[in-house]
Amino acid sequence: MADYVKPIPQADGTTRPFWESLKAHQMKIQKCQDTGKFFFYPRGLSPFTLSENLSWEEVSGKGVIHAFTIVYQNKAPGFVDELPYVVAMVELDEGARMMTNIIDVEPDPEHVKIGMPVEIVYEDVTDEITLPKFRPSAT
Amino acid sequence: MSEISGKTAIVGVAESDQIGKVPDKPAIMLHAEAARSALAEAGLAKDDVDGLFTAGIQTTELGEYLGIEPKVTDNTSVGGSSFVIHIAHAAAAIATGRCEVALVTHGESGRSRVGMMPRPTPADSLRGQFEAPYGLPQPVGAYAMAASRHMHEYGTTKEQLAEIAVATRKWAQLNPKAYMQDPIGIQDVLESRMIAWPFNLLDCCLVTDAGGAYVLTSMERAKSLKQTPISVLGVGEGHDHAMISQMPSYTSFAARQSGKTAFEMAGVKHGDLDLAMIYDSFTYTVLLSLEELGFCGKGEGGDFVSNQRTAPGGDFPMNTNGGGLSYNHPGMYGMFAIIEAVRQLRHDYADQGVRQVDDAKLAVVHGTGGVLSSAGTAILGRA
Repeated sequence: MADYVKPIPQADGTTRPFWESLKAHQMKIQKCQDTGKFFFYPRGLSPFTLSENLSWEEVSGKGVIHAFTIVYQNKAPGFVDELPYVVAMVELDEGARMMTNIIDVEPDPEHVKIGMPVEIVYEDVTDEITLPKFRPSAT
Repeated sequence: MSEISGKTAIVGVAESDQIGKVPDKPAIMLHAEAARSALAEAGLAKDDVDGLFTAGIQTTELGEYLGIEPKVTDNTSVGGSSFVIHIAHAAAAIATGRCEVALVTHGESGRSRVGMMPRPTPADSLRGQFEAPYGLPQPVGAYAMAASRHMHEYGTTKEQLAEIAVATRKWAQLNPKAYMQDPIGIQDVLESRMIAWPFNLLDCCLVTDAGGAYVLTSMERAKSLKQTPISVLGVGEGHDHAMISQMPSYTSFAARQSGKTAFEMAGVKHGDLDLAMIYDSFTYTVLLSLEELGFCGKGEGGDFVSNQRTAPGGDFPMNTNGGGLSYNHPGMYGMFAIIEAVRQLRHDYADQGVRQVDDAKLAVVHGTGGVLSSAGTAILGRA
């Protein structure tokens, strides 16, 4: 892991439960208790009501590809060695969307499709940080 | 808001002395050159300026460099749409008597990177936590991802996106200042190097060095100045996210709001317009803007731009300077869309054949900023 050269996120006081849940390989995101709606990224208050009436809920880690690109040019350390690769928005079954990479798939629009079901893969990049990646799933 | 319509006019526009590759000048000098030329074109002196507007640098830095002490400044910095939005803010300031002569400038050493501020992404910022780890190249990857959704929902094709790049290049060939002059066809776009699917290289704007400026004043004062005044008839803005991962819909953006506001204020219909200057950071930016501004229905953008409709001689003259795709794109291109609209409406190209849009009286200028984050629309007219 010492040779991991891509950007490594650093949690803040409002996002720490998310990163801790990933470290435990049990992703949790926030739910607004006033509206019953999930949202992402984590916030100190609900973007729907501005209330702090929030809960952290473990989610299924399943969803579908909502939009994607296949990156062919990026000189940044780490990424340059992996071209081409897929960056996508995944819409979780719970409704929130998150940016991620789709792995274990041919980086080709013939193989990556919007609406394709995907499931989470926990990628431990440091002792503290685990990234949520996704791969195609059966359902 | 209707008290703004027709009350102010753009009375001078200019680019920096050189555009394209300008490795020996810092960004702020590109602001300054354009400011000097725009004021000279208007027949105004720097000491006439009492309102200062810019994005990318602080208005105080700009004032200091130019030796101007403004009564009013506005540093609204929402990417390439900023300078279109500055028309609205400056027109309001003038219409309410807070200032009389507004100077709006832009300057970026986008290619040579001289005197540009770094834009770091701290690891604990929202982008650092929720986007940067995944390697989305900005801004191209963001726009590419949004385009994928339009293709999925509406069947928009890469060929349709390429139509925009090809038509825009034809306009560039009529503009000696355009950076790219070689003719291209649809196949050239599709066969150019892949950058971020679905975008090939020729779906993407240039990266250049350039500055631009315009001067806005009251219609009353404009009538005594050197140029044909170009009236600000309608303005609007809209904003709905900052990061692409937070965009509510990848097939709709804040132009739906900015356009509606501007058209209603101006009291004009789409069919009344002679010219459209639509920010073209990427081909998809244009296609989506045309839909959101109401030139066609949702999902119809691909058909709308087909058969070189926006090229010289087509029935929808668009991006007649060659756009950000082929003329010049230092990073926040919106300024240059305004400059071109004003020149067309003044009939500056009257002796240049098809370069001049025939009897141009009314233009829409639309700026898009960030990653489809911000929108600014202005309707400009020849009085």
